[in-house]
Amino acid sequence: MTTSTSLVYLIALPLFSAGLLLLLGRIADKWGHIFATLVSASVFVIGVMEFFAMQGREGEARAATQKVFEWISVGTFQVDASLLLDQLSICFVLLISGVGTLIHIYSIAYMSHDRDRRRFFAYLNLFIAAMLLLVLGDSYLNLYVGWEGVGLASYLLIGFWNQKPAYATAAKKAFVANRVGDVGLSLAIMIAFTQFGTVTFAGVKEGASGASAGALTAIGAMLLLAAAGKSAQFPLQSWLGDAMAGPTPVSALIHAATMVTAGVYLITRSNFIFDASPTAQLMVVIVGAITLLFGALIGTAKDDIKKALAASTMSQIGYMILATGLGPVGYAFAIMHLITHGFFKAGMFLGAGSVMHGMNDEVNMRRYGAIRKVMPITAATFGLGYLAILGVPPFAGFYSKDKIIETAFYAGGVEGILLGGATLLGAGITAFYMTRVMVLTFAGTKRWDENAHPHESPFLMWAPMAVLAVGSVASGFLLNSGNALVNWLEPVVNESHEHHSEHFLPPLAISAMALVVVAIGVAFAILKYRTVPVVAPENVTGFTKAARKDLYQDSFNEAVFMRPGQKLTAGLVKTDYKVIDGLVRVVGWVIQISASSIRNIQSGYVRSYALIMVLGVLALVAAVWMVTL
Amino acid sequence: MLTAPKLDYALLAPMLIILGAALIGVLIEAFAKQAWRARLQLVVALGAIVISFEQLFRVRNQGSSIAAVTSVSIDGTGIFLQGAILIFAFLGILIIADHDNFAPQASALPGSPEEAAAIQAGKQQTEVFPLTLFAVAGMMLFPVATDFITLFVALEVLSLPLYLMAGLSRRRRLLSQEAALKYFLLGAYSSAFFLFGAALLYGYSGTLSLNGLTDAIRGSGGNDVFLLLGIAFLSVGLLFKVGAVPFHSWTPDVYQGAPTPITGFMAAATKAAAFGATLRIFYLGLDSAQTSWKPIIAVIAVITMIVGSIAAISQRDMKRMLAFSSIAHAGFILTAVVSLNQNALSATLFYLLAYGVATIGAFGVITLVRDSAGEVSDVNRWVGLGKKSPLVASVFSLFLLSFAGIPLTSGFVGKFSIFSAAYESGNIYLVVAGVLTSAIAVFFYLRVILMLFFADSTNDSVSVVIPSILTRISISICALITIVLGIAPSLLFDIAQDFAYFLR
Repeated sequence: MTTSTSLVYLIALPLFSAGLLLLLGRIADKWGHIFATLVSASVFVIGVMEFFAMQGREGEARAATQKVFEWISVGTFQVDASLLLDQLSICFVLLISGVGTLIHIYSIAYMSHDRDRRRFFAYLNLFIAAMLLLVLGDSYLNLYVGWEGVGLASYLLIGFWNQKPAYATAAKKAFVANRVGDVGLSLAIMIAFTQFGTVTFAGVKEGASGASAGALTAIGAMLLLAAAGKSAQFPLQSWLGDAMAGPTPVSALIHAATMVTAGVYLITRSNFIFDASPTAQLMVVIVGAITLLFGALIGTAKDDIKKALAASTMSQIGYMILATGLGPVGYAFAIMHLITHGFFKAGMFLGAGSVMHGMNDEVNMRRYGAIRKVMPITAATFGLGYLAILGVPPFAGFYSKDKIIETAFYAGGVEGILLGGATLLGAGITAFYMTRVMVLTFAGTKRWDENAHPHESPFLMWAPMAVLAVGSVASGFLLNSGNALVNWLEPVVNESHEHHSEHFLPPLAISAMALVVVAIGVAFAILKYRTVPVVAPENVTGFTKAARKDLYQDSFNEAVFMRPGQKLTAGLVKTDYKVIDGLVRVVGWVIQISASSIRNIQSGYVRSYALIMVLGVLALVAAVWMVTL
Repeated sequence: MLTAPKLDYALLAPMLIILGAALIGVLIEAFAKQAWRARLQLVVALGAIVISFEQLFRVRNQGSSIAAVTSVSIDGTGIFLQGAILIFAFLGILIIADHDNFAPQASALPGSPEEAAAIQAGKQQTEVFPLTLFAVAGMMLFPVATDFITLFVALEVLSLPLYLMAGLSRRRRLLSQEAALKYFLLGAYSSAFFLFGAALLYGYSGTLSLNGLTDAIRGSGGNDVFLLLGIAFLSVGLLFKVGAVPFHSWTPDVYQGAPTPITGFMAAATKAAAFGATLRIFYLGLDSAQTSWKPIIAVIAVITMIVGSIAAISQRDMKRMLAFSSIAHAGFILTAVVSLNQNALSATLFYLLAYGVATIGAFGVITLVRDSAGEVSDVNRWVGLGKKSPLVASVFSLFLLSFAGIPLTSGFVGKFSIFSAAYESGNIYLVVAGVLTSAIAVFFYLRVILMLFFADSTNDSVSVVIPSILTRISISICALITIVLGIAPSLLFDIAQDFAYFLR
């Protein structure tokens, strides 16, 4: 372990900037966005310097820590506000600050017509600070602070245009769904504390080797619940689609590249828990598998371009979660997919934002068409992201997603076939719905509203898209060459060196299968969407109807949780009013009566006051007498 | 041959400075030009307080049980309380300086032609400043006095000016003078009991000093009719000053009638002085006879808490409500007297300072809420003030929350530490009573806050005057201290712990 003194700046700079911009108010309107962007960029620069410094160190010394201050000290329970920068967290630091900076730059142009642009940038900085705290905390409690911080920033940004009630409701929905997950995290922390007496990662890791299976499974299950809430995984996935109410750069940064992947980070960081509890691992892969199919299926029927991308995000994170459930071999691939996904999905979201920017904020893809002609750069960057998510070699997704499919098949036995089949099927459906997005938006014929005059976005917007597109192309190859990322992360996730030589399918065959499935998906979509009606057809199959309604996830929540909950609270209110308030009213009534009788004693006459005093003295003397008798 | 008694002037200086300034104040009143008088008095009073405080700070680590032969013992508790009283005096005088609250000529009959003429001529008399300083000197002496003669002298020195000051209100003169007379009559009555008690104790022990009394109790055992009657009578005098039931009846009338700035100062500083003396007498002089007085004081504490909290509910006047609230607070502090341990002592010191500051602030705010006829203390007419003057209403709410003992205010820390000390000493029923009555008390504090902010105003005649800069400073300091002590109580708590000791 190396002791560092500079880690705190990673968090302090954006936090300070956020506070400053919020406190200064309109005074900072002129330069607030530039300032926030510079802060974000400098955080990225510090991150890069930390990365090279870390490369210069060897072995154990690579991880750096910094104790910022003593936070809680109650009896034997002590928590320091300490930061930990190791091989895992540096990946996130670079991703968050790098993609974050690009999105800051993009937002300067995207939000230029918004009168609250300064506030928007303050929230973005707040998000960067909270997210960095999340990945830099050295204990579950520090992580929890960041975890809540990103939840707050996400809430503020989803509801940024809260003058529209629907958007404010979406923000609330995201907040509530996240709360459910947060309860999981706090329970996990509490169980960990009762079991191990500490909540630092190092301490829990040490304790986990000797802990009972039941406790580990309980912690694992609660951590999974937390991850499901934050990363929009089954059964807490319903908020992500509505979260698209936020400005598009927010969707790109928070709801695609970084915050929603916090669940993957949490599970990877807690690898010592999951490795020791096969039951918890099984739950993780089941959740991942269900979500990856669930999201992909929803994606096939969405006409709103952002919601289609959101469904895709859900599905892709399902892949990552599934990978983390596959044990030591899976963590590195999950993180690799997380990074490549960060590039290509953020790029596509920015592309979607660019299209919306040119089309008067139209989000319905049925009103798009033939946009490649007016927005060639957007079409090109979006297209590169598209190839990456499909997993076409040599684009980024090929390396990361194929590895996950491979690992899933190699899980062995029935489990391996089921999981492998699910990931393969998911890849096919992904190819279908992403091709659908491409065709509806960029190809075909114009179906624009007559007021729409699409045009290419300004430089400040397309430059970040271009950078992300380069990442979509090259990141997978770079991370995979010579197993760079796998070796890099090995000290954190304890990569086991088993070799998969005896499996029934060679890796090449699996890649080929994946490509075939993808090709089928693409072909199917191209054939199906040769003509596109402007209004979504009504006479569709039951499946399409269900997918349009997010596979009834909201109806399910309403029927199972909301209505009984409302009944329960109504009943409680009634009980509260009749029974508890009744009791209180009786007490209050008694007190009122005694109060007014005391008031009567207070007559205002000195003679009666003196009499009271004499009686008091007599009582006092009598009391003294009795006590000493 | 007689030898002059040896006096430790450095330790006595804080009191002497205040007394000297009070005498100078009398001379200013007689000789200074009318135009300069008020300003000169203010400067002298504040200056004396600052110098006195500075001297007190200088000797804070010294101490002597024979500062003035055997009559005065300057020790940690004494120094802390003297400092607290000086702070209260400083904050109080800043508000008192707004002379709009005081009768221009105290000697004139209410409504008489002389009074009208004085108002017309704008001839303000400013005797309130020297009176305040005399009272402050008495208050500083009361908690450090160690023999009964000095205690009695201090009691009278602090009381007599207060009787006069209670009658100085400019508006509602009759009510004010009635309050002053009541205060005087009942005060004299209780002083008689105090003196009678001292005489009985002298009869028992043959000495006037607290140390001598302790030795006598240890020597002869605590079961003597003179001792028991003496304790009972002495307690009456002390309980009267702190406003404990059943010797509280004067409190609401005097708090209501006295000019509001005086009420605030009096409520804060008298309580500190009287509790200082009470603690010294019970901790030091009567410690060995605790079995005979502890249960009684405990019962009085409970009754005081209950009566204060419940009676406050039915009050319709803001000042009367705060009067009953101060009675309830006296009950809370009495639990610390019963606890008889070092933690209780430091908790009391903290509580007295925190409560006093909030009290001065709260009464300071009341001086600001007026209609054309002067201050409005009718609770119902404060309705909706939060919309008209959000800042003033928020500050007042802050003080009320502190009285109620809501966390993040100084009141919470004070109550918590007092109750935990009581719990430590095994008086669990006192803690239960304290918590229950606190819960009742929250009701009327919160009701006022609700009225301020969540009800619609019914009339527009009430308004908040723009406070003078001095009043503003005073209220701001009070609010600041209330918040800071709520957030970082250890700032004061550590000091209180260091100073919580008595020298025999």
